[in-house]
Amino acid sequence: MNFQPGKDALKRNFKIVGTRTPRPDGLDKITGRARFGADMTAPGMLWGLILRSPHAHARIKSIDTSSAEAVNGVHAVITAKDFGPCPEDVLDIRENVMAREKALYDGHAVAAVAATSRAAAKQALKLIKVDYEVLPHVTDVDEAMKPSAPIINSKLFTKGLDKTPKKPSNIAERFEFGHGDVEAGLKQADLVIERTFRTEATHQGYIEPHACLASMGSDGRGDIWCCTQGHFMVRQVCSALLGIDASGLRVTASEIGGGFGGKTTVFIEPVALALSLKANHPVKVVMSRSEVLRASGPTSSTSIDVKIGMKKDGTITAGDATLRYQGGAFPGSAVPYGAMAAFACYDLKAVRAVGYDVIANRPKQAAYRAPGAPMAAYAVESVVDELCKELRLDPLDVRLKNASSDGSKASYGPNFDVIGLRATLEAAKAHPHYKTKLGANQGRGVACGFWFNFGGETSVSLNVNADGTIGLSVGTPDIGGSRASIGNMAAEELGVPHDKVRCIIADTASLGYNDVTDGSRVTFASGLAAINAARDAIGKMCERAAGIWGIPVEAVTWEDGTARPSSPNAGKHDPLTLADIAAQAGATGGPIAGHCEINAEGAGVSFATHMVDTEVDPDTGYVKILRYTVFQDAGKAVHPSYVEGQFQGGAVQGIGWALNEEYIYGKDGTLQNAGFLDYRIPVASDLPMIDAVIVEVPNPGHPYGVRGVGETSIVPPLAAISNSVSSAAGVRMTQLPMSPPKVLKALGRI
Amino acid sequence: MFQIQVSTSINGDDTEFSCEADETLLDVLRDRLGMTGSKEGCGTGDCGACSVIVDGRLVCSCLMLGAEAQGCEIETIEGMADGTELHPLQQKFLDHAALQCGVCTPGFLIAAKSLLERNDDPTEEEVRYWLAGNLCRCTGYDKIVRAVLDTAKDMRKPAKTKKAAAKKRVKA
Amino acid sequence: MVKVQVWGSLKSALEGADEVELQAASIREVLDQLSATYPAMKQAIDRGVSVSVDGRMYANSIMVPLKPDSEVFVLPKLVGG
Repeated sequence: MNFQPGKDALKRNFKIVGTRTPRPDGLDKITGRARFGADMTAPGMLWGLILRSPHAHARIKSIDTSSAEAVNGVHAVITAKDFGPCPEDVLDIRENVMAREKALYDGHAVAAVAATSRAAAKQALKLIKVDYEVLPHVTDVDEAMKPSAPIINSKLFTKGLDKTPKKPSNIAERFEFGHGDVEAGLKQADLVIERTFRTEATHQGYIEPHACLASMGSDGRGDIWCCTQGHFMVRQVCSALLGIDASGLRVTASEIGGGFGGKTTVFIEPVALALSLKANHPVKVVMSRSEVLRASGPTSSTSIDVKIGMKKDGTITAGDATLRYQGGAFPGSAVPYGAMAAFACYDLKAVRAVGYDVIANRPKQAAYRAPGAPMAAYAVESVVDELCKELRLDPLDVRLKNASSDGSKASYGPNFDVIGLRATLEAAKAHPHYKTKLGANQGRGVACGFWFNFGGETSVSLNVNADGTIGLSVGTPDIGGSRASIGNMAAEELGVPHDKVRCIIADTASLGYNDVTDGSRVTFASGLAAINAARDAIGKMCERAAGIWGIPVEAVTWEDGTARPSSPNAGKHDPLTLADIAAQAGATGGPIAGHCEINAEGAGVSFATHMVDTEVDPDTGYVKILRYTVFQDAGKAVHPSYVEGQFQGGAVQGIGWALNEEYIYGKDGTLQNAGFLDYRIPVASDLPMIDAVIVEVPNPGHPYGVRGVGETSIVPPLAAISNSVSSAAGVRMTQLPMSPPKVLKALGRI
Repeated sequence: MFQIQVSTSINGDDTEFSCEADETLLDVLRDRLGMTGSKEGCGTGDCGACSVIVDGRLVCSCLMLGAEAQGCEIETIEGMADGTELHPLQQKFLDHAALQCGVCTPGFLIAAKSLLERNDDPTEEEVRYWLAGNLCRCTGYDKIVRAVLDTAKDMRKPAKTKKAAAKKRVKA
Repeated sequence: MVKVQVWGSLKSALEGADEVELQAASIREVLDQLSATYPAMKQAIDRGVSVSVDGRMYANSIMVPLKPDSEVFVLPKLVGG
């Protein structure tokens, strides 16, 4: 009954999928009725606030909470002591959520308070006495790798080397990917270019700060309402940290005001639960914007060396990259994915990518939309661009010449399945943007990008209501409009109008396990599961029809939302619509539902080509985006408006990363720009319209051909814009962001 | 702490509340009056998610004290629709898919409403600069700008029915 | 016999071999045999790996059946955002 990837044919003709239906949760969001993380209250609720280290690196000698506890209105004060033993795989999270022996970054949580008012909580926070012994700190990735760097974790010995070192260092692990003889390949080249690039840390920048409302009982059971990309992950991690059964904690995912990967882990949720347990009251904790920037999960700052050899005819003979990423004070940066994705767009005989995962006195990094890939693509695509310019070759033609294609060996090992890179390059070449005339100080840049995309554990429950409407419960929080797409896939499969299906995000007590909303997996995986659940329900409805007609179930077919006898031999029976069968459900055997619980596999990778024209002002160094076109493979765009939205949103995050956004640390290791004024994300007046061209090369792993699209769109922009600036101003920018002072410096103006 | 008594009008309803001197209007709306449509994205007036209209002027409610609302007429997202009849901007945001996560949407709707009340034929540039005080991280602004321009175009058309024409006059 | 390759930094765990051939009918059998034969591989596998079978990626499934001549690639466990 379930779709078999690679075996079952893909559906080609659609009634609903591919159309722009109105969004089911839209009304609540445009009227202010939708409830986000900070919009919930509970009777007897207390306010929770967190005390954070002002030092980048310090030993915590003692914490005296007695004066804080004495403040009227304070019901609980907690520190690391309130988090007991936990499984090994959550030790780092436990320490990140509340510092233990050391504060490891500016903003690291050291204590928390729950009180009847925010004013009382603020007052109590001021009275907590922490005795710090300030230690030398390091925030730069290359500095952190030096033997002379202050050691952050004396038990960290570099993994992935031939011999485990005897001395601890800040280098957590070495990764290597690739195949072939790189040295020989470089010798075959007519031109070899080698460059080093540096990017600074950026934040996902979701407009909604982390927020939750936790309510724990003394019986080890409780509820938490939170904005998260994965409420089942919250249940798993928090129950492990609190030492309770997973079934004791019910997590409800609120509407979420942006995630982009930054909400695929926990920061304040365990703290709120611990406060609630101690105070025996519900506790609400909301991060301020400054806390979000200092103490949630920005992406890595990086330092990347790339060397590529190319022949005069544009053939790339070898590619070699060394990537150094710092992931904050704990191991686990996205450097392996950056190393794997770096050359993914090219079919190379000789390729090598080495990655170093480094720790530094910065907040623990979290995923940010195609984690690790944008920086790697920036470096590789910049060098490819420079080679094209030197050899006077068209950048799209060179990419077409070397492009990964169906069945080619990926730079990270496996052979690709059916992929759409060539299709995006050809669409780019044929587009009017490519022929648009450019003026003075204007230039065009192109770049390609890729993301793996996931499937993952997914559970869906589809209930046929007595009135013929459908209740679809999924467990993947909706961060981009996926409810509309998933509902539409179920409606398509069932053959009912789209507005008969209501798709909700169920809580952890109501549904089987679901992996987090990440990896561009929701439309693919929850969609696949919804289609399977619909087929399951159709099978059951056919059985009911067979019973009503007194014919074997094999003689019943389902078409356009209706059960019919499959041939005249089955007898003359009026067709039964879904609504007809639903109305008789009770009498014919009971409520009708379809289920699917799977580990969805068969996700299709998504490739993209971006094209951008910029104008560089030689007097101010200001880079203006003139026009921007995204060409990306969606497999099958279920709801084109939301696919376009992903293309546009990812491109604009990339524009911010390329031109303005950066974490600025002071000499004392503290974050200098912890607010939206100085951590400058793009605003409407910075941008033109972003044109989105949807390419469709169906994914054989999904019944409708769907590929995830959410992440790939942030991978090409950094390089595309840098390549455009190079065309416009004749300078190769090897450091991001390309803010005006940096551009002027590169132009020799300052 | 000593509480101040405030009388104001919110979305046409007379409203009384008491608040402490240092509470912002945003704190009052969300925590005292249960009007959670306005959002706190930054608390420093940089993101516009808390946008409201006070005596006809677009304001970040996180930059205004609750006590300053004394005697003012305040419009929030909760009052933008007329009962079940959506404001044209709200409908166009849905039609154009001008929202993804939706957290910035109330702020954008209020800000755009304020623009169209002053200028019924803005250029794309004027729309972008007026909305530069509202941050969106999901959409890249493309569909938001299209929705606002399309609304302006529709609102400039002569009203189709007498009832709609009367409504237009009252709004202006 | 299925052909099993591993990502670059694990090649040393295979004691210099680029590729090993195994008799295995599922991903689980591949991982079990690798862990049993190469102790360094066991460490990596315990931490979590993704496996590609004939070009299709499996993040966390061990029961996936293999064809007699399948090409298997072992990679670090993938994470998204």
